[in-house]
Amino acid sequence: MRHLLDTQTLDRTTALRILDVAEDMSDTQSREVKKLPTLRGKTVVNLFFEDSTRTRISFEAAAKRLSADVINFAAKGSSVSKGESLKDTAQTLQAMGADAVVIRHGASGAPRTLATSGWITAGVVNAGDGTHEHPTQALLDAFTIRKRRFGADSRGRDLSGIRVVIVGDVLHSRVARSNVWLLTTLGAEVTLVTPPTLIPQNVSLWPVRVRYDLDEALADGPDAVMMLRIQLERMNAAYFPSEREYSRRWGLDAVRAAGLPDGSIVMHPGPMNRGLEISSDAADSDRSTVLEQVTNGVSVRMAVLYLLLAGEREDERGEVK
Amino acid sequence: MSTRTVLQQADISRALTRIAHEILESNRGATDLVLLGIPTRGVALAERLGALISDIAQQPVPVGALDVTLFRDDLAKHPTRSPRPTEIPAGGIDGRTVVLVDDVLFSGRSIRAALDAIQSIGRPSVVRLAILVDRGHRELPIRPDFVGKNIPSSRQERVNVRLFEYDGAEEVTIEA
Repeated sequence: MRHLLDTQTLDRTTALRILDVAEDMSDTQSREVKKLPTLRGKTVVNLFFEDSTRTRISFEAAAKRLSADVINFAAKGSSVSKGESLKDTAQTLQAMGADAVVIRHGASGAPRTLATSGWITAGVVNAGDGTHEHPTQALLDAFTIRKRRFGADSRGRDLSGIRVVIVGDVLHSRVARSNVWLLTTLGAEVTLVTPPTLIPQNVSLWPVRVRYDLDEALADGPDAVMMLRIQLERMNAAYFPSEREYSRRWGLDAVRAAGLPDGSIVMHPGPMNRGLEISSDAADSDRSTVLEQVTNGVSVRMAVLYLLLAGEREDERGEVK
Repeated sequence: MSTRTVLQQADISRALTRIAHEILESNRGATDLVLLGIPTRGVALAERLGALISDIAQQPVPVGALDVTLFRDDLAKHPTRSPRPTEIPAGGIDGRTVVLVDDVLFSGRSIRAALDAIQSIGRPSVVRLAILVDRGHRELPIRPDFVGKNIPSSRQERVNVRLFEYDGAEEVTIEA
């Protein structure tokens, strides 16, 4: 694997390989010594043009557990605020000897530009670009679903027949997009539940079912319910009348959560707006995988960094695989 | 391209039986013994040795698997390897006698990685090494304690171990 830019072009074999390596990484995290010497001497740069706490920390923890050196770069307070271009920033990192660049950017497609422009030779990992994709989040979600379903027997299995409902602001959500592509590649059936105002225009081309009524979707007894964060910072139009109405129609409250079949899980990528898209009862129940998702995120990112950096390097400027 | 068979099924099973006895002799019984196979074929060999030792000593011997991929120093020289599961028996390895089991001993680098991997799991009182085939050409100061057969080989030759569990055949061959 040369870069990880999206899940839309990720094939089933590669996706399963990442998940299986993540299982091995997860096993090492219960050992007495959690640190592995695997990526000693490699440098990973976290290049964050947008605010992020958990994704950045998760990548940092993953790189450090594998003994890579980590350089954190936040655009705020850097030369970027003086007007430096992505190209110049990237070439500066290249000159410092970065082996992998983990990039989060407000513009959809920035990671692909970085990977294919020839500015840098480092491997590129997309940590969220605009409203495009957030592939490691989808990978950790798939890992979490698989782990809850199959436990220690997870290796090599896909998500055939597993039904996942994704609820909320699909329009602005890169997490939803990455999950739609990855989960369907792995054989899961995905249903989107969203207010009609927050559905993307091209959704008819996606391999999903769209519904507008949460109670109807939950009545089918899905295996996993993934709640998306209402991104208050992107609510620049009247997408729904009020937060209270949103919460009543599309929020996962205690009653809805309690009505799910045994074994169904409740997921949220975080940070949660408690009381808006998810109630505290649902978020803190045994069904909730919110904290497991955080733990699994480190293992999945270790797997991605391992597959990107450990082996023989493919020829420079290679395409996505 | 010539291939010759250096160990046949009967030779392999004789060698393993002898190694089982040698392990019991040097450990003065099966107490505190833990066998850890190095994937892939070392795991099958460890399981067979464990069964033999349990049989002879009339006492169960814990057997596990120890993956060394993440501890190798030559990862950058090969296409990316996928790690295999590590399974440590329930009793752990602290204070035990750990016998590492692998099919072929060549450069010694896998065993170096295995020693590092053990260190991240616990602290055995003794670590020993059992090998089906020692083909020489060590690059590190590592030597086996129990050897099925010493097979002098040239660096260019390939030593193939085939076991029923994985290959449907049981033999050791050298390809020139």
